[in-house]
Amino acid sequence: MMEEVQDVTSALSVHGHNIKVTDVLKDGDTLTFVIVSQKVSGTGEYHVDRTYDDVEWLQQHLFSQEDVPGLHGVIFPPVPAKPQVNVTAKGMKQLGFLGLGEWQPYCKALETFLRQVASHDLLKKNKAVEIFLTSSDPPGRQRVKKNIFNWLSQAMDEMRKEGHKDVDEFFQAQRDQNLVMTGCTKNATERFLEVVLTEQKIAVACGHFSAALHLCVEAGEDPVKQAFSRICVKLSEVLESMKKNMMSVAENNVNTLGLGLDLESRYQEAEKEMLFRRTCKLVELETARRSAEKAKPVKKAAMEEVKKAAESEFDHISRVAKQEIAQFESERVQMLQQALVGWCEQQLLTAKESADQFDRYLQAFRGMA
Amino acid sequence: MSDRARDPPPERTDFEELEDADDLFPEPAATEESGPASLTAEDISTNSNGPKQDSQFDEDPEDLFAEATEEVSLDSPERDVLLSDGPSPAITPITPPTSVITPCLGHDDMFTHSSFDEIEEEEGGDLFDMHIAVSDPEKVGDGMNAYMAYKVTTKTPMSMFKRGEFSVKRRFSDFLGLHSKLASKYLHIGYIVPPAPEKSIVGMTKVKVGKEDQSSNEFVEKRRSALERYLMRTVKHPVLRKDPDVMQFLESSDLPRAVNTQALSSAGLLRMVNKAADAVNKMTIKMNESDAWFEEKQQHFENLDVQLRKLHASVESLVCHRKELSVNTAQFAKSAAMLGNSEDHTALSRALSQLAEVEEKIDQLHQDQANADFYLFSELLGDYVRLITAVKGVFDHRMKTWQKWQDSQMLLQKKREAEAKLQFTNKPDKLQQAKDEIKEVSPRLSDTWTQIVFI
Repeated sequence: MMEEVQDVTSALSVHGHNIKVTDVLKDGDTLTFVIVSQKVSGTGEYHVDRTYDDVEWLQQHLFSQEDVPGLHGVIFPPVPAKPQVNVTAKGMKQLGFLGLGEWQPYCKALETFLRQVASHDLLKKNKAVEIFLTSSDPPGRQRVKKNIFNWLSQAMDEMRKEGHKDVDEFFQAQRDQNLVMTGCTKNATERFLEVVLTEQKIAVACGHFSAALHLCVEAGEDPVKQAFSRICVKLSEVLESMKKNMMSVAENNVNTLGLGLDLESRYQEAEKEMLFRRTCKLVELETARRSAEKAKPVKKAAMEEVKKAAESEFDHISRVAKQEIAQFESERVQMLQQALVGWCEQQLLTAKESADQFDRYLQAFRGMA
Repeated sequence: MSDRARDPPPERTDFEELEDADDLFPEPAATEESGPASLTAEDISTNSNGPKQDSQFDEDPEDLFAEATEEVSLDSPERDVLLSDGPSPAITPITPPTSVITPCLGHDDMFTHSSFDEIEEEEGGDLFDMHIAVSDPEKVGDGMNAYMAYKVTTKTPMSMFKRGEFSVKRRFSDFLGLHSKLASKYLHIGYIVPPAPEKSIVGMTKVKVGKEDQSSNEFVEKRRSALERYLMRTVKHPVLRKDPDVMQFLESSDLPRAVNTQALSSAGLLRMVNKAADAVNKMTIKMNESDAWFEEKQQHFENLDVQLRKLHASVESLVCHRKELSVNTAQFAKSAAMLGNSEDHTALSRALSQLAEVEEKIDQLHQDQANADFYLFSELLGDYVRLITAVKGVFDHRMKTWQKWQDSQMLLQKKREAEAKLQFTNKPDKLQQAKDEIKEVSPRLSDTWTQIVFI
């Protein structure tokens, strides 16, 4: 059932910080996520099933919330790209890290998105969030018109505005920095993804080598043959463990730094979009000012009205944007720091285990000689 | 005769005297117990019967040449060749009868010692201890006439060399020339001559043209290492080591240019045609394998070949992926560095820069690992695959020779029949002619019932 979202905001009845995406079910072509959230009052949980369509529904409603001034100044938490069960090459590229590992990273990313939405002061008050997280009926299974969000893909001449000089030094600097960072982060994420993919390839190759060695094992009385077979078996074991090691390394990469870089990259894009919206508003404002100046007395009053509206909107946006940017910066650094720390710890652990195991194998080989 | 215990040569070094000596020097062990007229393959292919052979030689070494009657056993030419492969083949044994005399003496030595080492001591006065290094690849000349000269350094205390340490400059075609000389001398007797590294027109052209990039450096390094392994394998072989060509190759500062090894020469074309002809022939020859040892070994080698090829392919793919990983890690390191540079937050920026440095180190590690995998595993496996091809070549040669032998037998048969007929009709001159023809045919018979020595 499709509820009309009231513009009246209300408090969210669940905690935002511990929302979990506990499971993902594959049903033909669609993926269904199981989302668990804890009630604020008392004990109890909400378990809901949601598909990507529902997520899109939520996003739409977040964007179209009418009563919040300066909503356009919000850096909207980035939602992961649409997951495809039968992933095409282009789809893989778009999903990046989130397309790997049987959708586990994807669930993590979705979880992060929901937590951020439900914790955001402005966004969590949107009733759509409540419905999304608690309603037993999936809210978004009906097609709603799509052209509300995704501003960047609007008219081509919007692109011109991106380069429009800002009136505010702070924002100009922010825009420049954001441009550089978006490019760098995206690049780093893609390179890291390639590293992970190659590591996976190596794991597979080790597996093949191990299997080929097994084929060399022959039964027989001949001592030379026996020695050779023994070596093959041992070497085969070593390669199996190498394969496991490589797979662990790749997994660690994905779960820590991979997700971190991916989130950072998507967030930079989100910030870029926000700044762009503000810039568009700025252009609008300047246009309105010019019109108001040039307007003939008949229309002047109307133009002034338009100008004033634009001004106040712009101020709201700028104010909200400043807050958002400050918060974004601190959260972003923290998030990356956690990702890096987690990455180091896990890789160290894996490396130590592998080093031990390889040492043991080396001793075994030396003993055989 | 053929029922005598025949163990595969490489595994037995403390045999009964004769077999041991025979095994270590890959003699075609012709059996002598049978009478001269026996033409069965088995007789020819089994281990030599020591004592009888011995006594025959001891008694009248000169008689070998005198055996120009019908009594010339089909076995004796093989015997001749057997002995000619003895410890000091000063004359390369291409035509069996001529090389009998010198080895005769050596043969005595053979029979009086029972261990390989002792024999070596007899000859060289010391055990095998040679170390050959191929180094310093230098580009000589330029344009399409350029070539890489490699320095071949030999360190050995063995007495057969004039000095303990010496080095010469050689180019790739010299190595190929050495191999082709050795192959022509020894292959048809059944030695396994280590295969030389392959020509690579693409690789060499890049080097010639002067591209100083990673791939041509790798190519030169790969080739250098392959040449070193090739030489070490060749000298490890007790017989090949003493070959005058090998010694000349290692010692003399000037070597006549081996022109026949050029890829686009007439000799090269001839080689290709021969290879094609051989391949066709191989399919048509159906050898009656009467020797179980050979059959088992052939099967063994077929299996080994398949296995090693598979392993080789696996290792190659592993090496390839590792190299890819190294490249990708390097790129990630660069992008992390860029990210660190653009980052405002100082601590994060530092952390990212350090990440970049770590990744660079990891990249280097991956490269080292890939190289190690390559040189330790992949090249070795490749070498063994090629060696097995060489072994198969020897087996094939044996088959060919058997075929020739069969043909010669038939020819001899016909000539004998003709001779018998002529005798009947009493035409003395034609009789003599026929006898001459027979004499011609017999020595040409098979001499390759060798046992293969594993390197």
